[in-house]
Amino acid sequence: MKIPGLPRITGWHPIATTLILAGAMAAFARFNYGLGATTNLSDEFPWGLWIGFDFLGIGLAASGFTIVAAVNLFHAKEYEPIVRPAILTAFIGYLLVVLVLIIDLGRPDHFWHPLVMWNPHSVMCEISWCLMLYTTVLSLEFAPIVLEKLNIVSPIKWIHAISLPLMIFGVLLSTLHQSSFGSLYLIVPNRLHALWYTPLLPVLFFISCIASGISMVILESLIFARGGRDLLPTPLRANLAKIIAVALAVYVVVRVQDLLTRGALRELTALTYYSLAFYAELLIGFVIPFAMLLMERVRTSRRGLYAATLLVVVGFAFNRMNTAITGLEHYPAQTYFPSLIEVFITLGITAVGFSAFSLIVKHLPIFEPMVAGPRPRKEVVTGRPEPIFISREGGDLESR
Amino acid sequence: MSQKKAMLIDLTLCVGCNACQSACKEENRLPPGEEKYLSLTAYTALDKYNDLYVRRMCQHCDVPTCVSVCPVGALSKTEAGPVAYDAEKCIGCRYCLQACPFHVPKYEWSSTKPRIQKCKFCASRLAKGLQPACAEACPTGATQFGDREELLVEAARRINAEPAKFVHRIYGKDDVGGTSMFYLSPVPFEQLGFDSRMGKTPMPMLTMSALSKVPNVLSVGGVLLGGVWWITNRRAKVQAFEASQKKDPTRPPEDKP
Repeated sequence: MKIPGLPRITGWHPIATTLILAGAMAAFARFNYGLGATTNLSDEFPWGLWIGFDFLGIGLAASGFTIVAAVNLFHAKEYEPIVRPAILTAFIGYLLVVLVLIIDLGRPDHFWHPLVMWNPHSVMCEISWCLMLYTTVLSLEFAPIVLEKLNIVSPIKWIHAISLPLMIFGVLLSTLHQSSFGSLYLIVPNRLHALWYTPLLPVLFFISCIASGISMVILESLIFARGGRDLLPTPLRANLAKIIAVALAVYVVVRVQDLLTRGALRELTALTYYSLAFYAELLIGFVIPFAMLLMERVRTSRRGLYAATLLVVVGFAFNRMNTAITGLEHYPAQTYFPSLIEVFITLGITAVGFSAFSLIVKHLPIFEPMVAGPRPRKEVVTGRPEPIFISREGGDLESR
Repeated sequence: MSQKKAMLIDLTLCVGCNACQSACKEENRLPPGEEKYLSLTAYTALDKYNDLYVRRMCQHCDVPTCVSVCPVGALSKTEAGPVAYDAEKCIGCRYCLQACPFHVPKYEWSSTKPRIQKCKFCASRLAKGLQPACAEACPTGATQFGDREELLVEAARRINAEPAKFVHRIYGKDDVGGTSMFYLSPVPFEQLGFDSRMGKTPMPMLTMSALSKVPNVLSVGGVLLGGVWWITNRRAKVQAFEASQKKDPTRPPEDKP
């Protein structure tokens, strides 16, 4: 990735450094003075921006499991080049979410308790376990990339041997906790506004994470493409866009149908704070990008696709923030706006994520083709599960 | 102590003397004072609606929402009735604050090692065979402590004896699956800040409808994804083989997959 000549001067580094430093100081304050002095959280509003960030991070990191499933389980091998970037995105996303969760805990020093103290009736317990296990799965899926760089071959073999069950497990864990983030709110029917509370919350969270996860993949590939590294040919990106359109359509149908059957549509007849938030979310994140993605012209144009997937991601953020914050403001009547320290910590951690991504992309073989240079045999080294299965099956072919 | 304990709070008998709150604060070593709303320093509070006083405190539900949501089991429903809290287990996720239908738990926001605080139903006194401090202090019998079933009979008896005096409802008998605090009121409960939209199903049932599907997702999903992989992988194999056949027709036919 070295470009001859002087490096370009960009605004990114100073901004990222500032954000990370500010975030670190804010985090220092949070640990020293406690949540009360540094956040706008209260007994009436015990969860705020950070929970919203977790929803967002996990939803966008859904790129990991969707692409792994598509390529390695559904055999859409043409998307292979995007697998590693997707796994990296997911891995960083999950690590950041775990970090934010720990900062958010009143007793960060007790963060390990869910490991040994279980309550199977708690959605939170299920989510903690899914997060821990799936982060482990992701680190195993990511490990071959590091090992490959360091030229340590034997553990890669070992990871290969378990890669199929590992991937299936990862997809299942993702399915579970992506939806469970919605289940968290099943228990507050009296608190969450009728426009967001529904028994279908887990289903809706799952469908929307597929749209947002794949949108993230497309966005990433478009950003790489701008940097001169086109990982996915236009037709493949257009196909992914079709899947997003389907997910968006299913989401809108289920969501509106659900509002209809619960009689919550009447909440939309007047323009209130809540109905406006709902319209914003549904139009920006679902209806408009769906309409855009129906057009071949948009699906095959970089700019069009960029706009559409960005809308999906923004609308997704709206949806999660509305569920986590807006929808809870009406009972008991209250408002919540995050404190500066909450905002700084969130921005700082986001900056850590982006910096980590660009560093890793620079130093690890994220974009490497499967076989390159003097590295040992493909089956051993790529970190991809598929070759070893081919060779195993190939063996079967010959023995028959 | 085999029987579940409860309290009957008859709002028609309450004179607003605040003895319950004072006794509670003394028992729990909290700073004295009269508070209208539950707080870190008021495990029970005395709210006023026109000429009616309403005691608030933890309802010690039969199927407590807080106990079900706590990821580490820091909250538990004890056999005698009280919902107990173990700060040593608590990780501070504050799901209980979010989920409690009565907005009872209060958080030590200003502490760097925060805990939740709420009415303990004087569990340590109950263990000694005493009644809760508030019930003992009540001079009019507005708060009465006893066995759950007996108090329900008593509450029904009072309504039947003077049907014009009470609304015909024992709040807490089966709200959110039943609680340990029963209220009798002369006016509809909605006018006194009680949430009557909660229904009779315990809140944790709402979560269980989703959580109970977890094993199914794992088993069915695992088989399904494994099958999908097997089919797609096999299809790719066959395609690759057929392609190689076309290229090299001399290959012996018994190699066919």
